[in-house]
Amino acid sequence: MTAIAQTWRKVTGKGQAAEAVAAPAEATVETTTIETPAVEIAPNDPLVAFLQSAGGAVDVEALELESPGVTALREAGVALVVPLISGGELVGTLNLGPRLSDQQYSTDDKRLLDGLAAQAAPALQVAELVQKQAAEARSRERIEQELKVATLIQQNFLPRVLPDLPGWEVAAYYQPAREVGGDFYDLFELPDGQVAVIIGDVTDKGVPAAMVMAAARSLLRASGQRVISPGEVLERVNDLLCPDIPEKMFVTCLYLVVDPSTGYVRYANAGHNLPYARTADGSMELRAKGMPLGLLPGMKYEEHEAMMSPGDGLLLYSDGVTEAHGAEREMFGTPRLVDHVADPTSGDLIDGLLTQLQRFTGNDWEQEDDITLVTLTRTLGSGVQNGLVSGIDVRFTLPSETGNEREAMQRVLDAIAPLGLEERRVERLGTAVSEAAMNAIEHGNQGRAEIPVEVEVVTAGGELIVRIRDVGDGPQATEVESPDIEAKLAGLQKPRGWGLFLIKNMVDEIRVIDADGRHTVELVLQLEGGDGDGSNGA
Amino acid sequence: MAAMALEAHVHTEDDGPVLELVGDVDGRAEEALGAAYTEAGEASAVMLDFQGVTYMNSTGIALIVGLLARARTNGQTLSVRGLTPHYREIFEITRLSDFMTIVDEEEGST
Repeated sequence: MTAIAQTWRKVTGKGQAAEAVAAPAEATVETTTIETPAVEIAPNDPLVAFLQSAGGAVDVEALELESPGVTALREAGVALVVPLISGGELVGTLNLGPRLSDQQYSTDDKRLLDGLAAQAAPALQVAELVQKQAAEARSRERIEQELKVATLIQQNFLPRVLPDLPGWEVAAYYQPAREVGGDFYDLFELPDGQVAVIIGDVTDKGVPAAMVMAAARSLLRASGQRVISPGEVLERVNDLLCPDIPEKMFVTCLYLVVDPSTGYVRYANAGHNLPYARTADGSMELRAKGMPLGLLPGMKYEEHEAMMSPGDGLLLYSDGVTEAHGAEREMFGTPRLVDHVADPTSGDLIDGLLTQLQRFTGNDWEQEDDITLVTLTRTLGSGVQNGLVSGIDVRFTLPSETGNEREAMQRVLDAIAPLGLEERRVERLGTAVSEAAMNAIEHGNQGRAEIPVEVEVVTAGGELIVRIRDVGDGPQATEVESPDIEAKLAGLQKPRGWGLFLIKNMVDEIRVIDADGRHTVELVLQLEGGDGDGSNGA
Repeated sequence: MAAMALEAHVHTEDDGPVLELVGDVDGRAEEALGAAYTEAGEASAVMLDFQGVTYMNSTGIALIVGLLARARTNGQTLSVRGLTPHYREIFEITRLSDFMTIVDEEEGST
């Protein structure tokens, strides 16, 4: 208010500039010679109350009140203060220096000034209001503009098209909050045919978050093309991000590498929400720990594995879902999300979850944070591809009793009969299945009949895959041992120990996967141009 | 391909005793195999006839390794005949074939 009051003072000063020395042509110079500095009066200064009730111009000299305001006025050389009152409120003052004629201000002068003040006060109030509103509008516009920029950056760095994976359904949902957060996701194919799946969240909101998100996403893509190991990718990106990221900002990120042909998933986590898989046995948490990216260089990220069978679906999400508040301010929370994943009757992983979220938050909800959902579902019967006659998808379980390895073998051979594989390859696979099943029965499940051995026979990505799964309790040899017959004959090795060696020699590939407390041996036969002893396999 | 506990019959041919194996060479075959081998006695050459073998697994391989060890101790040679191509391959990759003679069908059957 002092700034405006000063303008008024200039006007009054100019009006009385009879004795001013400056040239009349230079009106502005003339007025500055009599200008006094602006005087700030604190709202709680007793002078405010005094002026409000003074009822007219006040002689500063004659003031008996002592306050910081009064002192400031005197120091500024103000002789006369005219309160500007509008609607009973003091909206400003007209501060006048000593009269240039060396005389005191007369009663007429004061009456004139009071009349002027009565006119000026409401005008001043209106002007202040208009200015305030204009400032607010400008700031609103700036925020809107920022939001637009942030949204634009964000959306330009999200994949426009999701990769098409035969045998898989990939879906993503992204809904930014009004004040855009730093959520992102990405899916891209790797040089070896696997697929990287990423979800992340940058702390903070708006343009800064969007910029960091764009940087993180580019670094993840670049590193992902060079290194396959998810833990190593996160390690690299963290080290690259650390020097450049603004203080107090960091990025949570989950990085998965999925082999679409087998359902084998490797993943590492930098402080992001854990994903959940919907499986035939309910929900399964894909656990992994690690520091968010951009906090400390030199971090290591533990790497885990999981296996997605046909029919399994995986949900990645951002905390915008779990931290959404309901009408009673309670949070949606992870348990509700897990329940949804576990219950196949609760609908599609994304749509069903959004329906539940909407029911929980109610219709009047203003979304607090970005919501991002990415799902990967391995479709049933995913073997129908690559020109195969037909896909195979057979699953069964057997009690862990010695002798059942024969049953496992026979059922697998029955299942693959439609493929019309060469007899020798079929026999080899039979031996491998039998050996793997025997290991599962005797070692993995420790011969406890009540624990089933699970067997899956699927064709996918040009491969025939037989999975034999146990609970992995016994000692497991993940490396193929190399038994030596001479040592055995000399009594230096036990006569036994041929199982894994045989399996390795009977199939094109053996993959051993320990994940989620289960031990899976995958026996793989290449279906196209398989090495069937040079003879025509199929 | 029903599971069938091994039966081992011993008879003697011109070249010596023959252990005729019928059924599955797996963990349950230990006793029958051991008994038949003992029955074959101390002849310098013993023949295992796999013609009637329906199945063999790694435990069965271990049993053959055991027989081979016994034969070496006794200074006997051990031969095998009647192997299907699949089991012949297994004898080869385990290198059992380096320590026992594999007799082909044509020349083996008398």
